[in-house]
Amino acid sequence: MTQQHLAGGATAESARIEISHLTKRFVTPTGEPFTAIRDVSLTIEPGQFCAIVGPTGCGKSTTLAQVSGLARPSGGTVKVGGRDVDGITPGVSFMFQADALFPWKTVLGNVMIGPVLNGMPRKDAVALARDWLRRVGLAGFENRHPHQLSGGMRKRVAMAAALINSPQILLMDEPFGALDVQTKAIMQTELLGLWEQLRPSVLFITHDLDEAVALADKVLVMTSSPGSIKETFEIDLPRPRGSVQELRHEPRFLELQGRIWSSLKDEVERAYARTAGAA
Amino acid sequence: MNTTTLPQTEVQGTVETESSIRARAREARRRRTTLLWVARAAFAVFVIGGWQLFTDLGWVNAFFYGKPSLIWQSLVQLFTQGTEFGSIWADIAVTLREAVYGFIGGAIAGITVGLLLGQNRFLSDVLSPYIKIVNAIPRIILGSIFVVAFGLGTFPKVLLAAVLVFFIVFFNAFQGVREVDPNLVSNVKVLGASPLQVARHVTIPSALTWIIASLHTAFGFAIIGALVAEVLGSQRGIGLVIVQAQGRMDPNTVFAGMAIMAVITLVAEYLITLLEKRVLSWRPPSQAEAAGL
Repeated sequence: MTQQHLAGGATAESARIEISHLTKRFVTPTGEPFTAIRDVSLTIEPGQFCAIVGPTGCGKSTTLAQVSGLARPSGGTVKVGGRDVDGITPGVSFMFQADALFPWKTVLGNVMIGPVLNGMPRKDAVALARDWLRRVGLAGFENRHPHQLSGGMRKRVAMAAALINSPQILLMDEPFGALDVQTKAIMQTELLGLWEQLRPSVLFITHDLDEAVALADKVLVMTSSPGSIKETFEIDLPRPRGSVQELRHEPRFLELQGRIWSSLKDEVERAYARTAGAA
Repeated sequence: MNTTTLPQTEVQGTVETESSIRARAREARRRRTTLLWVARAAFAVFVIGGWQLFTDLGWVNAFFYGKPSLIWQSLVQLFTQGTEFGSIWADIAVTLREAVYGFIGGAIAGITVGLLLGQNRFLSDVLSPYIKIVNAIPRIILGSIFVVAFGLGTFPKVLLAAVLVFFIVFFNAFQGVREVDPNLVSNVKVLGASPLQVARHVTIPSALTWIIASLHTAFGFAIIGALVAEVLGSQRGIGLVIVQAQGRMDPNTVFAGMAIMAVITLVAEYLITLLEKRVLSWRPPSQAEAAGL
């Protein structure tokens, strides 16, 4: 029930994410302390689409886990809607690179899990899930199981399942990383369409610089491990952006992409040199 | 000219080949099925016929090793005249009841403990050496203790069957919980699931694949447990029929008892497969085929 009134206020103050001086340290299996991210500060305004790009292993996913409340910071603070995150942050949905679908549930069952967990009556949850399946273009597939779907269709199911609760914050950890290039572009366009309807704040992690520029209002470049924010780029491409595939050829897109790449390049090379040296 | 005639012949050509391909595939499938059953029958004739032949020729002593025709005779005798205690059906019912009770009890205990320990790492670390020790004990010997402690009735048989079933189901339930996709757990946690909801929506359904697979083996062990406990001391049951036949130096009746229990186990296996197909209908067919072997 809380979800409903949050839905209307997706652009309200409660959807603001403020991370300040966040540090996260782990202990590796060999007992050595390891700093995943150091002194990360960033603010995501309500309804803003923010992408984080960075080299492999720079702690992008760690940052996401802190916002969702699945993990605790070792230092610094994470605030959502002005309140410190302790425990699971309400009104958040997560989308992973792996499908994270229930293989034993039907498509309908997978999409309606969010409302069901919130205690919505079954009949209403089914109706809502059907509506969302229609929105992602999967009407008629309600009774299939995930293994019967293509990779792109499974992503649509995951997207419907993530958005059905009308989250005020959407955390996406390389959600389209495993898709082929064409399917990826289609999914990105669809995500933009749905996001423009609901306007949750989005924290989107990716390796793919094109993807970051095409989707986001703001792109953050992270340094190689231990990760921290290196540079912030505002993406002033007008919205609605329409088809991601066409956007890619626009001069402004290419200019922004080039500027961000020159910032990211050093970090990627540094991270690569490290892994190559270790191997 | 070319453009108008060529497609026509092409279409005609494909129609012909398609139907003939289909017919040929059907014929090949039919032939393979026939061959399969012929080969299976031949194998049975080879083994049983060879046994019969060797004992008939006196190369193998039928007094010690039994003989298919005599086994058949004692099977007929068991079902028409019964044993000295009454109808063989009563014995079958006794053994089956012990096995089924043991199976249900052991499976419930195994699933419960497996799910609990699978989700509680500290508890499982504390108990794991003891579980390994108990698992290393030849548990059949527990039957002797149970018969001494609880007498010749149904209970010690049920208990031994349950102990054997417990460990198989327990290890599978435990492993099933450990193999749960961490992404799925994170996903429902972020959506606000309580620990109970995580168990209901993720852990238990995920572990069910492993648990159901273990039930196949577990039922066979329930039968073994019941039979062994009966052999160790009982008043009724197939185990008693077998141990008495052994006392009379009658291998044919021992084999007859074995055959009866084998048929029962096969029927139970079939029923469990039906259950598996119902409960695990969501799985891709290739996996189900592999499990069917």
